[in-house]
Amino acid sequence: MSLDGRLTTPDAFDAFQPEGSGSVNVVLRRRSKESRVTPAERSEQTQWLLAVRDQRDREAFGRLFDFFAPRLKAMLIRGGLRDGSAEDVVQDVMISVWNKASQFDPHRAEASAWIYRIARNRQIDLYRRKPLPEPELLQEPESSEPDAPQILAMEQEAAQLREALQKLRPEQIEALRHAYMDELPHSEISRITGLPLGTIKSRIRLGLDRLRRDLTDLRPQ
Amino acid sequence: MSKITHHIPEEMLCAYAAGTLPQPFAVVIAAHVSLCDACRAAVETEAALGGALLSGMVPATVSEDAKERLFAALDSAPLPPPQQRGSGIFPAPVMEALNGQPPRWKMLGGGIRQQILSANAEGSLRLLYIPRGRAVPEHTHGGLELTLVLQGSFSDCEGWFGTGDVEVASDDVDHQPVAGDEGPCICLAATDAPLRFRAMIPRLLQPLFRI
Repeated sequence: MSLDGRLTTPDAFDAFQPEGSGSVNVVLRRRSKESRVTPAERSEQTQWLLAVRDQRDREAFGRLFDFFAPRLKAMLIRGGLRDGSAEDVVQDVMISVWNKASQFDPHRAEASAWIYRIARNRQIDLYRRKPLPEPELLQEPESSEPDAPQILAMEQEAAQLREALQKLRPEQIEALRHAYMDELPHSEISRITGLPLGTIKSRIRLGLDRLRRDLTDLRPQ
Repeated sequence: MSKITHHIPEEMLCAYAAGTLPQPFAVVIAAHVSLCDACRAAVETEAALGGALLSGMVPATVSEDAKERLFAALDSAPLPPPQQRGSGIFPAPVMEALNGQPPRWKMLGGGIRQQILSANAEGSLRLLYIPRGRAVPEHTHGGLELTLVLQGSFSDCEGWFGTGDVEVASDDVDHQPVAGDEGPCICLAATDAPLRFRAMIPRLLQPLFRI
């Protein structure tokens, strides 16, 4: 595994999250068949992904590419891929984003989380003998309306998570990147889960409670 | 479904998300997450953190024609095969392991049936059918055993396990799961080593049945 590109200096902190964290107030139209408009505050990336999902909007897809492709490539290179292979995997991931957009649910994830999971699974499958088995997709009932307050709460949680990340020390961010972006030998997992990440953990706990509620609401009784 | 009370331990969920678990365990975890909102939330929350880290990466330089090539490939790229869907008591990852077919049970004696889904150096994955009130022969195993209840329930020295619950048994547990009275119990069980039964005859049969 390549250690190039690891950021251990304070610059890593300064460079963390300079863009893309801003939320904008937008008016959102969910699936063309619905005429209802729902005002919601959401990240630009999530807005683009919804435009891809609902309108197959190529311009929005181009914006997603402009934002995520260089970051995905950076993630894959730090995970040990060479430049050319990293770029091939970025292409695969972006094609999956286009093809699987209908599975994106803004009640449960931001665009960055959803795209991260696709990229991470792709990265994992490169060194697994068999593809990582994935949980069954949750099927949202066709008739369900977007729940604006829930989406807003989700976005706010994610924004708070990013803020909490920005307050970490560079070596803590580095440890997280290692856990979330590198190929890990099995023996390292317990060491990483034992990290003292109080703020992050409490953020995750909050997020967890909310997600758990959302998921219970989503599941047909 | 009964309320799920036995979940996947956090380190194991983390190892699953990082892709480091042997395949049989990963299938059990994907199956449990399919049934368990709490563990799904845990996995999805991990992705939220991963997403925040991804957004914060210092961008790498992407070659100039990459976007153009992507758009050119967009319409010609083959669509991903549709994900296997769950069927009856079997969530999608189990149907995937069954290749979309209903189980083909083999009799083990005492009304107990099993189907081996995989058995190799990574460990074994199998479905077990235990008639109401029956016990699986007492056994230990060389490593870790994960057992997910898909139908009914069982009890052993570690407690009561209802539908959706997972038992994580280490190699020092000598356990004898007994199916509940409500009906047959069907479980998905994974080990990272072959099971060793204590009673003589099952041990002799073990190579035959690979349990």
